[in-house]
Amino acid sequence: MRLLSAFAIGLVFGCGILISGMGNPAKVMNFFDVAGTWDPSLAFVMGGALLVTAIGYRLVFKMDRPVFSSTFSLPTKQDLDVKLIGGSAIFGIGWGMTGFCPGGLVPVLGLGLGEPLLTGAAIIAGMLAARLATRMTIKEQPAGA
Amino acid sequence: MTNFTPFLSLGGGLLIGLATVALMASHGRIAGINGIVNGLLTTRISPDWAWRFAFLAGMIASPLILLGATGQLPQISVPSSPLLLVIGGFLTGIGTTFGSGCTSGHGVCGMSRLSVRSIVATLTFMAMAVVTVFLIRHVLGG
Repeated sequence: MRLLSAFAIGLVFGCGILISGMGNPAKVMNFFDVAGTWDPSLAFVMGGALLVTAIGYRLVFKMDRPVFSSTFSLPTKQDLDVKLIGGSAIFGIGWGMTGFCPGGLVPVLGLGLGEPLLTGAAIIAGMLAARLATRMTIKEQPAGA
Repeated sequence: MTNFTPFLSLGGGLLIGLATVALMASHGRIAGINGIVNGLLTTRISPDWAWRFAFLAGMIASPLILLGATGQLPQISVPSSPLLLVIGGFLTGIGTTFGSGCTSGHGVCGMSRLSVRSIVATLTFMAMAVVTVFLIRHVLGG
């Protein structure tokens, strides 16, 4: 039941991505191309998703706990650091180059086309590289630093 | 050119929001694709893998639902060259990992919780994407 629900929620999420146009790089890049062939559609995706989530989360957090878990796992970090802003800036450059964000890409993988698979492999490589870099810098620092 | 599709995009956004709320209500988890994928990239097998895998499998299977409902697979077009896809994809993976989130995690989940980190992250990656597309299309003339 637990896994079936995760699968079903993934299906809904993926359908939302595909219907909205977030999975189509041409549309995503046109959203960013404010000085050229601007297509403002994706503002409606963000608006719709934020509206439902902002209201829905409020209701969900009134529950004692999630149905299949003992706690809500929420990020606790509050501070703005170089990693957050630098990482987000690098992501923005990459997103502008490909038109694929991670969430936009995953449902498109199901189409079995070469370009999404290539982009997906590159994203995984980038994730592993970032984690390797993090692990190496942590090791270099003396304990407690 | 792509057509302006406010109703389809709004509808898709509502579905994304619905799934995001459902994942929190059922599993207590943020529906951030970067976080869900990163949680699978571990060297030790973890009980945590199962729901992540099931969620991503559902996402990958979603074109089949649309095929069943509409009789055709969704059409996409990829303007960038394979080289640009590899470089841009690599930067995307590095950036979302260091930045602890992508469009879904920061843009939808975090912003709807009014997280300052997520609002700053979203404004940053949106602005950089606009600048990048401007450079590619209007300065470098791609």
